[in-house]
Amino acid sequence: MFGLKVSAGFKAAAILSATLALGACASNKTDQAGAGGVYGAGASTPGSAQDFVVNVGDRVFFETDSTNLTSTAVATLDKQAGWLQRYPHYTFLIEGHADERGTREYNYALGARRAQTVYDYLVSRGVQSNRIRVVSYGKERPVAVCNDISCWSQNRRSVTVLDRPAGS
Amino acid sequence: MFPSVGSGAQPVVHDPELFCQRPMRFQTERYSTMKTIALLSRFAAALLALAWFGLAAPGARAEISITLNSPTFAPLPIAVAPFSGDPEVASGITEMITNNLRRIGYFAPLEPASFPQQQVDFDGLPDFPAWQTANAQALITGRAVREGGGRIRVEFRLWDVFAGQQLAGQQYYTDTANWRRIGHIISDAVLTRITGLKGMFDTRVVFVDETGTKEKRRKRLAVMDQDGANLRYLTRGEELVVSPRFSPVSQEVAFMSQRPNERTRVQLLNIESGQREIVGSFPEMTTSPQFTPDGQRIALSLQQGGNANIYSIAPKARTTTRITSTNAIDTSPSYSPDGSQIVFESDRGGGTQLYVMNADGSNQQRISFGEGRYSQPVWSPRGDYIAFTRSRAGQFAIGIMKPDGSGERILTEGYHNESPTWAPNGQFVMFFSDPGGEGGGRLYMADVTGRVRVPVPTPSYASDPAWSPLVSDLR
Repeated sequence: MFGLKVSAGFKAAAILSATLALGACASNKTDQAGAGGVYGAGASTPGSAQDFVVNVGDRVFFETDSTNLTSTAVATLDKQAGWLQRYPHYTFLIEGHADERGTREYNYALGARRAQTVYDYLVSRGVQSNRIRVVSYGKERPVAVCNDISCWSQNRRSVTVLDRPAGS
Repeated sequence: MFPSVGSGAQPVVHDPELFCQRPMRFQTERYSTMKTIALLSRFAAALLALAWFGLAAPGARAEISITLNSPTFAPLPIAVAPFSGDPEVASGITEMITNNLRRIGYFAPLEPASFPQQQVDFDGLPDFPAWQTANAQALITGRAVREGGGRIRVEFRLWDVFAGQQLAGQQYYTDTANWRRIGHIISDAVLTRITGLKGMFDTRVVFVDETGTKEKRRKRLAVMDQDGANLRYLTRGEELVVSPRFSPVSQEVAFMSQRPNERTRVQLLNIESGQREIVGSFPEMTTSPQFTPDGQRIALSLQQGGNANIYSIAPKARTTTRITSTNAIDTSPSYSPDGSQIVFESDRGGGTQLYVMNADGSNQQRISFGEGRYSQPVWSPRGDYIAFTRSRAGQFAIGIMKPDGSGERILTEGYHNESPTWAPNGQFVMFFSDPGGEGGGRLYMADVTGRVRVPVPTPSYASDPAWSPLVSDLR
């Protein structure tokens, strides 16, 4: 993976970011795909999906049972809003997730509420609503698995996933 | 309102590979040389008929009983004498009855090595003094005989050993392939005669079979008999499936299905035919289905922005009724047995708590006031309790409370317990328990006294059980 050229295009970038996310969970480290990681800032083509993940940050985290945006989350979403307005050809999906310390049906609704919170914020920052879809995965798609908060805090998240640009 | 993911109705699905292996047919023939007291099942897994017959020592009186709620409760010593007749079916049914009765903790079956009689003549009286010496309070004898046409006849008698009296005796006919159902029906007859409880053994469980890592879980709906036999997969694992519920009246299951990058949708699946349909036509995700007691409607939770509200849908009439309307998450609806009320969970007051309302949404009252968060309420088919999941101080418990919120009793507590579902007799609750980490959950059942907690066998990790009514009550 390290030999991949950054110009390899969106497909490679998508694989790259997926690998980063899995790596973070397998080793139970707190550094996330999108928070810099092993690639460092600037190691991607501006305007690429990899640029979004690495230099902007594709996800924000929530406190237990909360849908309030933390100051860190607000900062990340401000960067997302700026980037998304600079590259308006992207449509995207907001995924809402919950950690495993809740019951199944409630967590689906909680994930939806988190996705809605991010949706509302991005729209309030000028991102066009018709570019956005939302989905909740409840607690069904954790990225980190262990029996303490180091994992749960990574799973209580909303992830902004760019669609593949039309024609690529 | 935000735009939602996915669109359009899906066609009705019929998956021949998953659903073709068990051709079913009705049987209506009656056995007429004995007094027939019931035609047990019009439904496919078919028993033909059963008859009642008695033998008794003169002047004897039944004395056996179990007081389940007594603090001095002890399991009833019972002997299941080897059934005579066809070797495979006779030994299989003997073993099933023994295992069923032992597993629920209310009976203590004697070890065969301690039996004073290895064969008991089914047409005569047992040697009561010998069984008394062996300390068997109750004795079951039986016979399984192959008849023509692929049919089998199974008979049993239940004896009160100390009174020297027959308590029950019945005879069943079925296709030989269905013999396991007779083992469960006899187990239920014994349970009912001795405890007064309705049956629970002639039932099935739909659950979510789980394989793969927790990060990339493959979930499939599966159905099995309550003892783990006759396992069959109902979906292929290409979609995420959770929260199945068994219809109270038919071979239908409602559940949540989610394809990648799409919203969840409540769907309805006939587990015999494989017919499948989406419930309702909503642009947003639907979750947490539950049938009305008559099976005609399904309540579910509809996501509307950051809120979720409860709706009731009649799939056949295609009518939809809104029941709750709050700026909160209202979910997990469950009807009272008479259909007049609904218990549900809501976070309208902060953390999730349980609320009861009339079925039209009027008179919403909070009923849970204990410390912690309460969710997943399920009304007992007996009506006397509501089962729930409670999280408190990092522990997840399964408990019960009366419909007015009083009498809370925790049945089990640990790292993670979830998804209670009732046996049709209202005496046992099944749920899943997950110790955390990379493994997964397993199914267990506990009784309302909190005395019994036993595993339910599944082939892999398992979650979200849905306990069926008595199979003979399904149409």
